[in-house]
Amino acid sequence: MLNSLLSIITFIPLLGAVILALFLRGDDEAAQRNAKWLALIATTATFLVSIFLYTGFDPANTGFQFVEEREWILGFQYKMGVDGISILFVLLTTFLMPLVIASCWDVKHRVKDYMIAFLLLETLMIGVFCALDLILFYVFFEAGLIPMFLIIGIWGGANRIYASFKFFLYTLLGSVLMLIAMIAMYVDAGTTDIPTLLTHNFASESFELLGIQIVGGMQTLMWLAFFASFAVKMPMWPVHTWLPDAHVQAPTAGSVVLAAILLKMGGYGFLRFSLPMFPVGSEVLGTFVLWISAIAIVYTSLVALAQSDMKKLIAYSSVAHMGYVTMGIFAVNQQGIDGAIFQMISHGFISGALFLCVGVIYDRMHTREIDAYGGLVNKMPAYALIFMLFTMANVGLPGTSGFIGEFLVLMGVFQVNTWVAMIATTGVILSAAYALWLYRRVVMGDLIKESLKSISDMTTRERAIFAPLVVMTLLLGVYPSLVTDIIGPSVGALITNYDTAVLDSGIATAVAEN
Amino acid sequence: MIQADLNVVLPEVILAVYAMIALLAAVYTTKDKAAPIVLWVTAGVFVLLAGVIGFGGSGETTAFGGAFVDDAFSRFAKVAILLSAAAILILSQDFMTRHGLFRFEYPLLVALSVVGMMMMVSAGDLMALYMGLELQSLSLYVVAALRRDSVKSTEAGLKYFVLGALSSGMLLYGCSLVYGYAGTTLFSGITAAAEGGIGLGLLFGLVFVVAGMAFKVSAAPFHMWTPDVYEGSPTPITAFFATAPKVAAMGLFARVVHDAFGGAVSDWSQIVAFLSVVSMFLGAVAAIGQRDIKRLMAYSSIAHMGFALMGLAAGTAEGVQAMLVYMSIYVVMNVGTFAFILSMEKDGQPVTDIDALQNYSKHQPGRALAMLVLMFSLAGIPPMVGFFGKYYVLQAAVDAGLAWLAVAGVIASVIGAYYYLRIVYYMYFGEDREALDSAMPPVGWALLMGSAAIMVLGVINLFGIEAPALAAAQALVN
Repeated sequence: MLNSLLSIITFIPLLGAVILALFLRGDDEAAQRNAKWLALIATTATFLVSIFLYTGFDPANTGFQFVEEREWILGFQYKMGVDGISILFVLLTTFLMPLVIASCWDVKHRVKDYMIAFLLLETLMIGVFCALDLILFYVFFEAGLIPMFLIIGIWGGANRIYASFKFFLYTLLGSVLMLIAMIAMYVDAGTTDIPTLLTHNFASESFELLGIQIVGGMQTLMWLAFFASFAVKMPMWPVHTWLPDAHVQAPTAGSVVLAAILLKMGGYGFLRFSLPMFPVGSEVLGTFVLWISAIAIVYTSLVALAQSDMKKLIAYSSVAHMGYVTMGIFAVNQQGIDGAIFQMISHGFISGALFLCVGVIYDRMHTREIDAYGGLVNKMPAYALIFMLFTMANVGLPGTSGFIGEFLVLMGVFQVNTWVAMIATTGVILSAAYALWLYRRVVMGDLIKESLKSISDMTTRERAIFAPLVVMTLLLGVYPSLVTDIIGPSVGALITNYDTAVLDSGIATAVAEN
Repeated sequence: MIQADLNVVLPEVILAVYAMIALLAAVYTTKDKAAPIVLWVTAGVFVLLAGVIGFGGSGETTAFGGAFVDDAFSRFAKVAILLSAAAILILSQDFMTRHGLFRFEYPLLVALSVVGMMMMVSAGDLMALYMGLELQSLSLYVVAALRRDSVKSTEAGLKYFVLGALSSGMLLYGCSLVYGYAGTTLFSGITAAAEGGIGLGLLFGLVFVVAGMAFKVSAAPFHMWTPDVYEGSPTPITAFFATAPKVAAMGLFARVVHDAFGGAVSDWSQIVAFLSVVSMFLGAVAAIGQRDIKRLMAYSSIAHMGFALMGLAAGTAEGVQAMLVYMSIYVVMNVGTFAFILSMEKDGQPVTDIDALQNYSKHQPGRALAMLVLMFSLAGIPPMVGFFGKYYVLQAAVDAGLAWLAVAGVIASVIGAYYYLRIVYYMYFGEDREALDSAMPPVGWALLMGSAAIMVLGVINLFGIEAPALAAAQALVN
């Protein structure tokens, strides 16, 4: 049983989806309820099984654990496994999915299909974080586009078609270049096995291509191909423009999954592929990433200030927070990467909760315009409390998980590039500005709008959904070693390998001379 | 001696003789009343022969002094041709009957064109090549114009004929040049003549031959006939055009460039790479504006041929293997898609405007889901099998040092994804419209669902197609 634990976790949701698709007939009230319950049971079961993953994991071991391996087509393998970097993403996914399912309890339109789409999506997301074969990873990574495309397109808002096409084509264009790089890696190393590739030295001799001197050679080219995919997925400025559209048009549950989990695939990809496999490429272009992250943080924070749509504001705030993640990753030191992973996990809870907060009032008023609200605290005290907690967490208030991530990242980056750290720190102030201003306009003040007079506070179901998120945000805020103990050793090993590889290649001096 | 030769060509002989006997029998008895029987018997013969060829043959034998080759490669292509032809035949019965097109000549013409295709993929000599090609083409010209009272159908037939004749002319001109400079029409002889550098005359011949074959696979810039012929022909005939003849033409292409010009890979590889990249982009871009699903499928097939040619451009055994896998997957996807297109009717009249699919998923969730799978598969999105087809050819190209071609290919595939997505969008996100007819013949339903299931379940092991494709490729490239 423990030998195929990861497969079990990955495919329970798929099994649920197949059962739903094949055996659930009709579209009446009862069938809809059954669909929702089945989906909830499947996702909860996945979460419960994934607890074994947590208890059975040995943080001191920096290699891959729970590894399973089977023959697949064309010399690829079906190989799954987790290490300190990926295990928390798996747990984040399994933890959030039951909440996501519970949050769409009031959906009336094609409920069965909706549930199937989310279950499929869960399988694919878990697969991404567990896959230890390049092509297997790519299959999971890309296949996730299909359910998300449908979720935005079928259950989305008014301009959903534009948003779904943009989402799909944008991310697809990024990914196909990565596919070419993967093929090149396979041709070079003769295997698609990720653990083997992690120790493979890809050629890094500089050469000239179309008259341009390419420092770092093949590694730089492959790094760029992977970067194209992950930067779009993250998303990094300036290729982030699909995200606000997708978020605004997606239904609440879709936004939650998008912000809390799908975006993390980009950061995970950097940690799994870009840094360890192309250390020279990362070294050559690391500073570049630091700078565009800093620009992203400031720029998107300013853009967030100007938004009149709540979801769009939170979407831009996500882009800004992902800027800290890329920055931390490419600082390549223990604090930076620890902070980046911590930030991703904590952002998973916080941004998910914030989108749920928007969903709560959207379900009541059917508008996301900030101007349509005001003074909600008078009618919805519980909502005001929860919204405030997550607003503060988003700002990075000490005591919440948002603080730890940002602080670690800034500390890591400061050691590498003081200027970038300084610019990024102004982002903290800006994030306080837009988040608190949003809170003031929506929640504070007198309740004067006629339409809001009859609004009701959160139901028990809604409170139950937020409870685990509140607990996690506060728990990680006061006890961060829950996360850092698990990721620490793996991150340490990653950095050691990275430094050795960069030193061996002598690229540091070459870059300095240029 | 002759007996040994005949043994090798036995399947072709059986099929040809069967076609003659069935033709005579039907003419002298009940004529069109016998059409359903003829159709099912013909499909049965196809499947039977596919079984015999697929499981029976082994090794490499030649007949008629090397003019006809029976090897793993030709067997693989023949099985694909026969099975897809059989699928299309049984698929077309319902449509043909309801629209008064069902004549007993139809299955027999298909049978004769299949004989031609089998000849093509087995050709070991320029004469045999041309005979097979013409037998195939002449039968196809006739079936394209099967609906005699329709202007579009006759136009399609005529256009196909005139342009096809032009391409045959180019091919023949190329053959004559090759013969002139090599002194033989045998592929093995041409290889010997090209040893130690291909001369200018042979090169010219090669270019013309390749251009003629590019016409047959409808690769850009020789694709102009495709959209019109696809649109004008009765839909089952379009389905046939999109499947078996493409496999045969691709097989012939591989046969000629590897068997006859195997020593001059670097010379033809760039031509094929050029055809490939132009086809992929043209197919992707030109389809964006199409509203007619048959024209759309025509451009889609041009783009897919571009991908298959990418495998060929690699010039290696892996490339041929990739091409064969790609073509097999392509054929299955097309059979399913056309089964769906055949069911697109309103008040008994065929509809081809994709706008008619608005909100189709609400009325027919099962079929819409199958079509969704096929569309994502055609677009090459994992985990659908269509992705693995693309992966194979991309890898072959990168392996052969054609990374630029692979990059161009994936960019074209992103552009192409747009119009496949648009069909999904109409079916799932569209506004409410008057529903299409819900009737669908069981055969069509089974083929649609079957091909969609193959596209999903194939992710497990591709149904073991790799090994035979590899054997076939190794038989061709040595």
